[in-house]
Amino acid sequence: MKTAVVVFPGSNCDRDMQVALRRASGQEPVMLWHKDTAIPAGIDLIALPGGFSFGDYLRCGAIASRSPIMRAVADFAAKGGFVLGVCNGFQVLVETGLLPGVLMRNATLKFVCRTVALTVEETQSGYTNEYSKGEQIALPVAHHDGCYVADDAVLKQLEDQNRIALKYAEAVNGSQRDIAGILSENRRVLGMMPHPERAEDPALGNTDGARMFSGLVSQALSA
Amino acid sequence: MSEPLITDALIADHGLKPDEYQRILDLIGRGPTFTELGIFSAMWNEHCSYKSSKRWLRTLPTEGPQVICGPGENAGIIDIGDGQACVFKMESHNHPSFIEPYQGAATGVGGILRDVFTMGARPVAALNALRFGATDHLKTRSLVKGVVEGIGGYGNCFGVPTVGGEVEFHPSYNGNPLVNAMAVGLADADKIFYSAASGIGMPIVYLGAKTGRDGVGGATMASAEFGEDAEEKRPTVQVGDPFTEKRLLEATLELMASGSVISIQDMGAAGLTCSAVEMGDKGNLGVILDLEKVPTRELNMTAYEMMLSESQERMLMVLRPEKEAEAKAIFDKWDLDFAIVGETIEEDRFLVRLNGETKADLPLKALSGTAPEYDRPWVATPAPAQVSNVPAMDTGEALLKLVGSPDLASRRWVWEQYDNTVMADTIQLPGGDAAVVRVHGTAKALAMSADVTPRYCFADPVEGGKQAVAEAFRNICAVGARPLAATDNLNFGNPEKPEIMGQLVGCIKGIGEACAALDMPIVSGNVSLYNETEGTGILPTPTIGGVGLMADSSKMMTVGFKAGGQPIVLIGAGGGGHMGQSMYLRELFGREEGAPPPVDLNAERLAGELVQALIENGIITACHDVSDGGLGVALAEMAMAGGIGCEVRSPGGADHETFFGEDQGRYVVTLSDPNTLEPLNELAGGAGIAAPWIGETGGDAVILGGASVSLADLSAAHEGWFPDYMGEIT
Repeated sequence: MKTAVVVFPGSNCDRDMQVALRRASGQEPVMLWHKDTAIPAGIDLIALPGGFSFGDYLRCGAIASRSPIMRAVADFAAKGGFVLGVCNGFQVLVETGLLPGVLMRNATLKFVCRTVALTVEETQSGYTNEYSKGEQIALPVAHHDGCYVADDAVLKQLEDQNRIALKYAEAVNGSQRDIAGILSENRRVLGMMPHPERAEDPALGNTDGARMFSGLVSQALSA
Repeated sequence: MSEPLITDALIADHGLKPDEYQRILDLIGRGPTFTELGIFSAMWNEHCSYKSSKRWLRTLPTEGPQVICGPGENAGIIDIGDGQACVFKMESHNHPSFIEPYQGAATGVGGILRDVFTMGARPVAALNALRFGATDHLKTRSLVKGVVEGIGGYGNCFGVPTVGGEVEFHPSYNGNPLVNAMAVGLADADKIFYSAASGIGMPIVYLGAKTGRDGVGGATMASAEFGEDAEEKRPTVQVGDPFTEKRLLEATLELMASGSVISIQDMGAAGLTCSAVEMGDKGNLGVILDLEKVPTRELNMTAYEMMLSESQERMLMVLRPEKEAEAKAIFDKWDLDFAIVGETIEEDRFLVRLNGETKADLPLKALSGTAPEYDRPWVATPAPAQVSNVPAMDTGEALLKLVGSPDLASRRWVWEQYDNTVMADTIQLPGGDAAVVRVHGTAKALAMSADVTPRYCFADPVEGGKQAVAEAFRNICAVGARPLAATDNLNFGNPEKPEIMGQLVGCIKGIGEACAALDMPIVSGNVSLYNETEGTGILPTPTIGGVGLMADSSKMMTVGFKAGGQPIVLIGAGGGGHMGQSMYLRELFGREEGAPPPVDLNAERLAGELVQALIENGIITACHDVSDGGLGVALAEMAMAGGIGCEVRSPGGADHETFFGEDQGRYVVTLSDPNTLEPLNELAGGAGIAAPWIGETGGDAVILGGASVSLADLSAAHEGWFPDYMGEIT
């Protein structure tokens, strides 16, 4: 699997994502700068990492969604490429319109960093095919703006199309329907607030995120 | 624009005493211009000149084979093997945080991160030591909220894991909270950058954010006591922009890798003034600055304002001239300012011009070299009386109250607001003895801890100073690391009062003795004096930030009990029952009395080495040092962390002394099974350290002698206090 990681000036999980993708794919990820305008040929997965893309003092991900690279990412997604947005990457995906809804300030109004319990709601995707439906996993979260909000029609559509990939199994940020991660209609774009790249190295004591990367490598590419 | 006349009132407003002003007149042979007065004020205030503490700081041990660079640079540097270096320092931002808690704390974090990456190191961990006023003081909650949010807001965005620290409450901090921020970074030992300028006619480059009017006079403000007008000083607090700092980090590291940098200095306290003078002074060169070239974000800034602005996220660099285009391209890539604002000259001169007009023309060396230095009168703190008539209390009731008391309750509410796992190398989260972060891509790890027990320092500065170092040492040993060095952040009241000066002298003496005995040289630090409001000083608070190294991070130890049926051993038991200055007396009976527990540095060292050996050899399964609250609280913390209870017998004698005495040099460890008692006893016997079996893990209660408290009750009290307290904010 050939992967790429987009680096915005305020990304700070880009290296963590690079390490995780390198370990899972056995290949060196391409690091793309936000001012780049094209995706190199042969890339299978583009990851939008966590961080504070442009400081994000107001609407997280809003400025990043207007950066040159995101036009290329949108084209890549339209052609069926895999795009994974984690944390700030999820915020950028909704601001770009690649996923519906919006991420608001946590209901607690506080930044939250801890490992939380999640339920895998949907396994029919390249990201979740190595988990079982209803399985409970634990992943770290670290965000101030992770409260997922959408109107009822969108929420119903997400549910009807089985596009809610992950739900919180405990109170975290006030997200509607406890949504922690959602898929695009073609199931190739996943946005999620928890950090799988912080839970794939056995030395860190939690490898619940590793199957997301190995699943992508083993099955997503044959699809 | 006409500049104000230099009057006595203006001189006093700049924090300069009449004899200090006379010193200026003698030095330059004329009256200073307004800009020059500002420059002297910036260079000669306590914060920048260490004029009251320098004499005593010189007595601290600062050398050792592990030290690459001791105090005097932006941060200290130690050797961690394999050509790698660890760069670290702690610094206070106390005064700004009281005036404006969010920005004060945020820019404190920003400043210390900059100190570390200015030397070529990537920050990999941040810690902080926070002290607030009484929990029932009107301002305390909002200060806690603001400071914690500010630290998180800055560190989380910048992308450094905030992995540890301390939070305590005491009425002496009512008008003067302490915010001590520590940053730890990693660099290649042969790619470290220093601040000394070299070469004549070399371009001096301004990097980073634009200069505004924020923070003008901040360092002078930080060198004065607060009166009722504290709120009016808000404009002297800087405003932080962690996004810019993140870009400055990446751009600076790229710039260093490109070979463009001769020397570099961050603009911290007293901004452009301090950084330019420091670079020139260390390189024995003069400096010319042309201020119209300084990128500004406000119109019509005067020379005075530009020289004294403490706008954040800025650096000053001496550039290799042939690399100008390459260097500028890096800053363009990161959308940061890059401007040549001056040059180095041979002459000992600090010439500051604005649009060709001379605004300051001073002998550069004299600005730092002739700063006043005081041998302030001091009196030793009288020895405290030993405590007597310590009442007994039901052990269970006492334990429950202690684990739920403000200073011993869980700090989860605080550290869950800090991103502590970014960079994916944090292997021990906050809540353990020391935080542990892997050296990326290696088997090694760094262990870090920030410690001091101010009530001990107040009662007996020398023993308290020793204890602060010993506790940092112990916390690092307890996770399985070898302590290497420390940074100190000395927070005291007004040094012009002999009894306060006596506290400073005593604590430095104790710190020095402990650092020498435990082989933890002080490699960097910061002094914060005048921590007084309305004439009342804080408890003496010399925070020690220790750093240690683990060769094999897979052996790291944690505090939680691992399984039932494991023997519990107390390492370093001796005497026991020291109740003076204990949390038991203070929290349960409102008595802050007696002498603090004495520190036997030799025993401390032997016990620490024993614990390191036990962990290295895989003999123990959990380890926790015994500190505030004594053995009972240590056992309860281990039980709560592991979700497993324990039963510990009473050895005879008074239970409250056994379980709540705060004798030093002790650790609680558990063993996988009774068979490992033998190798443990062998190692302990060889070291001459007592290591009695005291009980066994298991069950769902903590049983101490005849008392039993359920884990559920303990956890509810321990985890509940902070959210309950802060929950009252809406």
